Amino acid sequence: MKEIACQIKGLEKAFGLNKVLRSIDLTLEQGSVTVLMGANGAGKSTLVKILCGVHEADKGFITLFGKHFSPKTPVEAFEKGVVTVHQAINDGVIPDLDVASNLMLDTLSNPKASFFISEKSIRAEARKVAVAMNINLNERAKVSSLGVADRQMIAIARAMARKPQVLILDEPTSSLSAKEAERLFELINHLRSTGVSILYISHRMSDIRAVADRIVTMRDGKISGIFEGPPLDYEGAVTAMLGQKMAEFSIDSPVKGELVLKLEDIRLSDSSPNINFSVHKNEVVVITGLLGSGKSKLASLLFGIEQPRAGKMYIKGNSYSPKSPQSAIRSGVHMSPKDRSTNAVITGFDIEKNLTLPYLHLYSQFSFLKKNILNKVTRNSVEMLGIVCQNISDDIETLSGGNQQKVVVGRWLSEPCELLVLDEPFQGVDIKARRDISKHIRNTAQNRATVVFVAELDEAIEIADRIFILNEQEIVGEHENKNINLALMLAQVSGQSVKYQEGKKT
Amino acid sequence: MDSNNKILHNAIKYGFLCLLVGLVLFFSIFANGFAGPRSAVFIFQSVAITGVLALGVTCTLVVDGFDLSIGSVATSALMLSAYVLVVLEQSAFVAVVACVFMGACVGLINGLLIVKMRVPDLLATLGMMFLLVGLQRIPTEGRSIATGMRMPNGDVTEGIFPASFLWIGRHRFDFFLERLIPVPVIIFLVVALLVWIFLELTRHGRLMYAIGSNERAAALAGTNVNLYKILAYMISGVAASIGGILLAARLGRGDIASGNNLLLDSVAAALIGFAVLGAAKPNAFGTAIGALFVGILLQGLTMMNAPYYTQDFVKGGVLVVALMFTFALTSRIRKGGH
Repeated sequence: MKEIACQIKGLEKAFGLNKVLRSIDLTLEQGSVTVLMGANGAGKSTLVKILCGVHEADKGFITLFGKHFSPKTPVEAFEKGVVTVHQAINDGVIPDLDVASNLMLDTLSNPKASFFISEKSIRAEARKVAVAMNINLNERAKVSSLGVADRQMIAIARAMARKPQVLILDEPTSSLSAKEAERLFELINHLRSTGVSILYISHRMSDIRAVADRIVTMRDGKISGIFEGPPLDYEGAVTAMLGQKMAEFSIDSPVKGELVLKLEDIRLSDSSPNINFSVHKNEVVVITGLLGSGKSKLASLLFGIEQPRAGKMYIKGNSYSPKSPQSAIRSGVHMSPKDRSTNAVITGFDIEKNLTLPYLHLYSQFSFLKKNILNKVTRNSVEMLGIVCQNISDDIETLSGGNQQKVVVGRWLSEPCELLVLDEPFQGVDIKARRDISKHIRNTAQNRATVVFVAELDEAIEIADRIFILNEQEIVGEHENKNINLALMLAQVSGQSVKYQEGKKT
Repeated sequence: MDSNNKILHNAIKYGFLCLLVGLVLFFSIFANGFAGPRSAVFIFQSVAITGVLALGVTCTLVVDGFDLSIGSVATSALMLSAYVLVVLEQSAFVAVVACVFMGACVGLINGLLIVKMRVPDLLATLGMMFLLVGLQRIPTEGRSIATGMRMPNGDVTEGIFPASFLWIGRHRFDFFLERLIPVPVIIFLVVALLVWIFLELTRHGRLMYAIGSNERAAALAGTNVNLYKILAYMISGVAASIGGILLAARLGRGDIASGNNLLLDSVAAALIGFAVLGAAKPNAFGTAIGALFVGILLQGLTMMNAPYYTQDFVKGGVLVVALMFTFALTSRIRKGGH
């Protein structure tokens, strides 16, 4: 048995009433890579932030080589040997400085370092670090001139210069190509052989296969599964991450109406396979897949935020190629975006102003807003969605997350449209709010086609008539929402099944 | 909400207006001649031009922008109207139209620089400010414009400021008292009312506030963000040019040194407006009150024999207190509220 580097016991953390971590137990061994998997909101990033000193735990304790460890600041964390490379690479490098300065940044920012800089010694030091890490770069090159992978390497090399005992990598391959990722894996193997304990956070099955010694899955703030190899049970891990218990839902799929949306040979990137599907009136289609499967990209195509690399879209037989959200709306396509705080909530606006935002032109005469109509529409939505509030003139920020989400989704449900796209409509909401929202979406679906993008399978099963599964920018499965073969679906989500062939329903 | 919070809430909402009333009472008692219609009108007149500019700036603040060029747009309008009237010998109507057109164009260019060229708002309008300060000096080789002056090409100017133009700046309407209310005060109040209606009652105003709060969310709700941003800068430019016309009509000459303080005074008024009624955001009513607040304070202090050179210090003090009011107290109530 290898020596235990870091032990976490009974860790709990809540933000307000929202319990993010509920008693986490985890051990990290020396010279071993532990992969941490979990869907959005499972609590991964909170756990990482506690380990690297950004947040403090409410309960529980962490030991590092037997000693108590509760860092108050990131600096304290890395001084004690826990170093984190965050997902946003540019947090780890300074683009306007050269490679050598970036590698030596910690020396430069050390208050005890000398006042003047010796270019020569810095470069010599940097070269040592680079050689130790197997990095072959011109140390005078500016970081801004380097590719993403090289930057990632530098960020990791800098982390290594701090001589970590525990290294945390948060989705390190999220912006790397397959080839670039290979280099990263080599580096990780090298680090493992030197006895570093690595916590590797990722959704990508290909990464996990390449590096994992052990898989730990998180769900709803708890550890939902620990898988030790070899061989590792990848499918079991995905099941544990997504939740085995699917809610029992009986969806009576209504008769489909006319064809509304048709995608013809759409490609999300230059090398990705073609995507073909169509959506009918009075039908709710769910597109699901893991993070990075191309879901968000497909949603942005439908709403004109991005343009496809190839292929065509049609709305009711007419060619549809929106150049902006505005032109999408003009063609009758409406979308509720994901990440409500950045993309949807207008802070400082009350519930009424937030709910009525997209349709102000319908609620005004000669540009003057008609108060009574705004009022009526808002009250109607508040009632239909069960938005809990004192008054419709309450500031949106006084609402709970679930109710805020109801407002920003409800914004698009009060007027008719041809196609409604909902990107992660259940993001960060509790089960009650989720039921309310999905009920309302289904209740209003008769006169439009509806496409919903979700990452969680049980959410998909709760709302869909038909489910498409996206993996690596390709549709790998199609399921009618009736007597679903869950095992097959999970296999498709994690990219394990045989490629789905068009026309052949699974 | 507990009682403590309620007190804080009311303090934020009505504190600034109470301060304003208190100030008026204080000066009415201690400053001889402060209380009275003529004095009140004088205060309004003193803030009319700044107020009009401030209302324009308010619109750019609403879309989370900033217009530093308003002061120089106003002085450019001053010089342009003088040039049109005195050198080109055109009518008052032509002068007014030319100025407003110039203001709209400057606003358009500012907007395009910010929206299309992606220049940050402060830098774009700073550049425009410099450009205009320089441009207005070129036609007259840096001198003020007056009837009978010699132009660079040797001609002597023969045009005059016609009475119809001066009327804009100097005429006073009878209102109970003879010759009480000057035209600029009416224009200030009308502009304030129009901007208030536009921002509070129309969908365009609502969308502009949405852009200011969360530009991305507004765009995803189908708002033409770029168009509204450009519109905001055009409103600002037009308002500034109206301010310049009022200044020209009051002075009666194209004085190159006038209007140095306009930018700071009007920005201050708009920012003080954040504190009125606890709005914590740019708003037309607050801006008008903010301008008046500064006017009342200066008028009262002057009547109590405070020297003129303390004025800027007083304005700065008011601004800092108002900003503390807005940001410190409002953030506290947001945190403690729920």
